[in-house]
Amino acid sequence: MKDQRFKIAHREALIGIALVIVNFAIWYGFAYGLGAGNPTSYTYVLGFPAWFFYSCMAGTIFMIVLICVVMKLFFKEVSFDDEEVDE
Amino acid sequence: MHWQVIFPLFIFLVIIFGIGIWSNKHVRTSNSFLQEYFLGGREMGGFILAMTMIATYGSASSFIGGPGVAYNKGLGWVLLAMAQLPAGYFVLMILGKKFAIIARRYQAITLIDFLRERYKSHVIVILSAISIIVFLFSAMMAQWVGGARLIESLTGLNYTAALFIFAVSVLVYVIIGGFRAVALTDTVQGSIMVIGTVILLIGTIVAGGGIDNIMSSLIAENPKLVSPFGAEGELTPLYVSTFWILIGVGVVGLPQIAVRAMSYKDSKSMHLAIIIGTIAIGTIMFGMHLIGVLARPVIPGIDIGDKVMPLLTLKVLPPFLAGIVLAAPMAATMSTVNALLMLVSSTVVKDIYLNYVKPTANDTEIKCASFIVTTVIGLAVVIFALNPPDLLVWLNLFAFGGLEAVFIWSVVLGLYWKKANKYGAIASMITGMTLYIVIDRFYPSVFGMHTVTIPIIASFIVFVVVSLCTAHKFKHEKLFI
Repeated sequence: MKDQRFKIAHREALIGIALVIVNFAIWYGFAYGLGAGNPTSYTYVLGFPAWFFYSCMAGTIFMIVLICVVMKLFFKEVSFDDEEVDE
Repeated sequence: MHWQVIFPLFIFLVIIFGIGIWSNKHVRTSNSFLQEYFLGGREMGGFILAMTMIATYGSASSFIGGPGVAYNKGLGWVLLAMAQLPAGYFVLMILGKKFAIIARRYQAITLIDFLRERYKSHVIVILSAISIIVFLFSAMMAQWVGGARLIESLTGLNYTAALFIFAVSVLVYVIIGGFRAVALTDTVQGSIMVIGTVILLIGTIVAGGGIDNIMSSLIAENPKLVSPFGAEGELTPLYVSTFWILIGVGVVGLPQIAVRAMSYKDSKSMHLAIIIGTIAIGTIMFGMHLIGVLARPVIPGIDIGDKVMPLLTLKVLPPFLAGIVLAAPMAATMSTVNALLMLVSSTVVKDIYLNYVKPTANDTEIKCASFIVTTVIGLAVVIFALNPPDLLVWLNLFAFGGLEAVFIWSVVLGLYWKKANKYGAIASMITGMTLYIVIDRFYPSVFGMHTVTIPIIASFIVFVVVSLCTAHKFKHEKLFI
């Protein structure tokens, strides 16, 4: 018995893992990449230290946009009830 | 305390009561009592699902404790708090449609129903039930104490009276309204949490004379406050990164969160909830923790972290707005407590009573048992909260990370890995909790990582190895996954 809906579900779970990896990379990369130097010589964006702006603010907004796009493009609607499925 | 501050809080309580009474109508007229009372009839739409997820997840610590720590550690703590963003999308994507489909197929009402059907093991049912009851009961007590302390500090009532107000307001709507009341009140509470965060963030920035001004004051005091490493340089990248397990991806293993992933109506609700949930959790966690840091120049010299948020609110906002913002931590506490109460009660009724005490119980008996159990547990928590026993305070320390280590692999591998079997699950549950307690007690932050890291990794390895070693016993098993 191969349920087509499970194939969709498995793919969506993998997308979830990929999103977390992207999220972590942005968060870690900007925070420790830009924030490693002496705090007194930081550059600032909109009043915030650049590491903080890109990692915590722009990164978060980027993730939200990315998630919206992913939901639109890759997430499929399936029925959760068994009787409506042709097997 | 101004009456203008208390007034919004009072209105908030009235709305919550109304929802309880309205939900009770559904409980009384539903033809499937268990599914209605413990899952709200699997009817949640996207907005409600998102809100009940984030409101259950966000507790008093997001509004009181977290900002207090951020006040002392600086922007590094906001960075750490942002590890919570995946809690908004990851849980729903990982458990996802598969969990929704399988839960319906098994007619699962509780997380343990799913585990029971998947692994066909009484040991797993009992182990899970005991972990949920013991650890979440103590977690509930801690939240209850926090809620009462909050009312105590806001109204000036004594602790017992404050506890009484908090207990009555939560217990009434949960007992009569069940899961539907919990989810709907969570929606109100979650919205208050988001709105309160935004108002306070704006108020704080204005009171501090703008971001530039606040940042210069922070640098003048201690430049490390604006670095990712904490005021004393104590937040190492490895340590902060391991919080992604504790408060980000590991949240999948929390039963009170996972049960919500089987209570929504359709795929559309799930898709919408992922987007709204991520936005909401991002706003709350970013906003509240940043507020803690920005508060430092605005109200300098506060020794007790927990006082930062209430004092700041009263200082920077007019009384009526302060009342709305201070309703947020109340809402956060209530929405966590009500989910825990529902979960512990469903575990006792569905997983213990109906499995082992009286499998033949009819609808009236189940109804009666559900109301009685919920009431008794609720009152028991109140009595313990009057004078918290050391044992419960101690157990609460493991209620979050420990439960994640117990459940995460049994749920996730049970869903996606055909070879996952009961021996692997039992071994991983025991390993997860035991290691968590041992490491937390004797080797805190071992190798510079948060306690949760090793138990989660070890319980995964144990699960896989034991399942593979015992795989020959399950060759002919027919699985629905």
